[in-house]
Amino acid sequence: MLMNVLHFVISIWVPLVCALIIVAVLPLVAGYIVLMERKVMADMQARLGPMRVGPHGLLQPIADALKLLIKEDIIPDEADKVIFWFAPLISVTAAMLAMSALAIGPWFQIADLNVGLLFIVGISALGIFGIVLGGWSSNSHYSLLGALRSAAQLVSYETAAGMAIVGGLLLAGTLSTREIIQAQNDYGTWFAFAAPVGFFVYIVASIAETNRAPFDLPEAESELVAGYMTEYSGFRWALYFLAEYTNMVVVASIATTLFLGGWLRPFAGTPAFNFLDYLPSVLMLGVGGYCFYRAPKQPVKVQNLFMLAVGLLMILAAIILAAPLIPAVANLLPGLKPGLHGAFWFLLKVGLYIYLFMWLRFTFPRYRFDQLMRLGWQFLIPLSIVNVMGIGVALVLHRHWGWGHLPAFGLTTLLTLLVAGWLGWEEEKKDKEHVFVGEA
Amino acid sequence: MLDHIVFYFFAALAVVSAILVVTRRNVVQSAIFLITALLATAGIFLQLHAEFLFIVQVILYAGGIMVLFVFVIMLINMDVSLHQIQFNRQWWLGLLLALVLGAELTIAIAIGRSHLSFGEPAPASALEPSTQLVGKVLFSEYMLPFEIASVLLLVAMIGAVVMAKKKI
Repeated sequence: MLMNVLHFVISIWVPLVCALIIVAVLPLVAGYIVLMERKVMADMQARLGPMRVGPHGLLQPIADALKLLIKEDIIPDEADKVIFWFAPLISVTAAMLAMSALAIGPWFQIADLNVGLLFIVGISALGIFGIVLGGWSSNSHYSLLGALRSAAQLVSYETAAGMAIVGGLLLAGTLSTREIIQAQNDYGTWFAFAAPVGFFVYIVASIAETNRAPFDLPEAESELVAGYMTEYSGFRWALYFLAEYTNMVVVASIATTLFLGGWLRPFAGTPAFNFLDYLPSVLMLGVGGYCFYRAPKQPVKVQNLFMLAVGLLMILAAIILAAPLIPAVANLLPGLKPGLHGAFWFLLKVGLYIYLFMWLRFTFPRYRFDQLMRLGWQFLIPLSIVNVMGIGVALVLHRHWGWGHLPAFGLTTLLTLLVAGWLGWEEEKKDKEHVFVGEA
Repeated sequence: MLDHIVFYFFAALAVVSAILVVTRRNVVQSAIFLITALLATAGIFLQLHAEFLFIVQVILYAGGIMVLFVFVIMLINMDVSLHQIQFNRQWWLGLLLALVLGAELTIAIAIGRSHLSFGEPAPASALEPSTQLVGKVLFSEYMLPFEIASVLLLVAMIGAVVMAKKKI
């Protein structure tokens, strides 16, 4: 009886608490991703980036959020007020709902759905309505054109991303996020290495899906002011921004789950690499130590104290992450290590994936819209379909003909790369035939 | 009990939004209510533990087809249709058909109710995952119809390309 009640309470409250944590923490995380983006951009352009609010600009996201909250909320006279009002909400809701099937470590998951990955992909795709309706209801040409571009881009690249995901799913044989990660554990390798072409297609398609540079045409400021967000200001604008960054986290999490081994440590099955278990603590200690080292150099007393506090928090995190490695604690709470370290590795991989996004953003110039569409339809989609076929062949070779992993996947990857080369060559040829206006 | 509440919530949502789809004058609002109706139907699928149908409904109807609808609607000049009087010369025929259909359903339910006995629903944990079931059935029992359907889609796709392109 007691066990039943306990079971019920756990089954209801754990997902509820997880959901609350996600809703409460995501805006903060999004804010700090923006800060990180500005810092990375500054670093790559040899500047300092935000430095004024808090030490090294650490409080900048909070100041920005406060500013956006108290900013005047302008609704254009000719706008469709109701739709204008709730369009940003659709985007945010869809993005946050998609988080609910993600498994951030074995402990932290709201619902382990039977259709987990499809659910994430399908629900986050609904966010497009927020963009389209927001652009339409603003009653402005810039917004409408931005929304149209966004819709076209999303629909085209979703196909490529979907086919890339299908490749990974073929390997896993399941849709549940938990079992996909388990399957990678059983394989002994991440699916990014078994299906590198699929992973590449997913990276490109996910950048396009989140409307980020070099595919940020819906918001190309030199052409469309700010695209579908042109008429938005204040809090509603912030909601669009939140949706965009949440979507980034979602696509990064899908990539992590499906291609990068989810919460698994690198070389999870090899005991020789067990020393990697200490990496989380060492990393945290290093960051904390650096904070202490920088603290006396801060110009203001408050910033000094803040830096020390951040350093202390990092050391605390290091101790918590190190705790499961002590045999006594591990015996007492056997689930502690996979829970904590799993979450650490998952978040680390998501962070690295997002860093890759930023890196690409500051490295590549923006595409033209026809180039974008051509890349999507004539290169990525055929390539992803060939990739799915290749993985199918590799699985047959492996399971029925008894080939090893390496020869089977190596051969099909090579063939897929040949097809990619051929497709790229055809594209080049077409590009040369294209006569630009004024050049002829 | 909870099951009933969830079902009636989604069912009412679906019916009300379906009515609003045909009564709203603003096309965009109609489209939004159509999305709501489709999502409510998806909710009912989910409540029946048909997760695969649920997500296919969301991805295909709400996510795919409706995006195209909204896409097209956005490009239409709506001022004209907003100021026209709504009319429908066949309203009496529609009403008649609706009444006949309603009567038919009522009679069918009234007669069938006493004869039909539904067994106890299987517990959710005993159900085989619907994704795998759909896959197995689709690629074994219904292989031929499935392939024919895909050929049909291919033909439609090629047709669309031929019609859209001036020079192939």
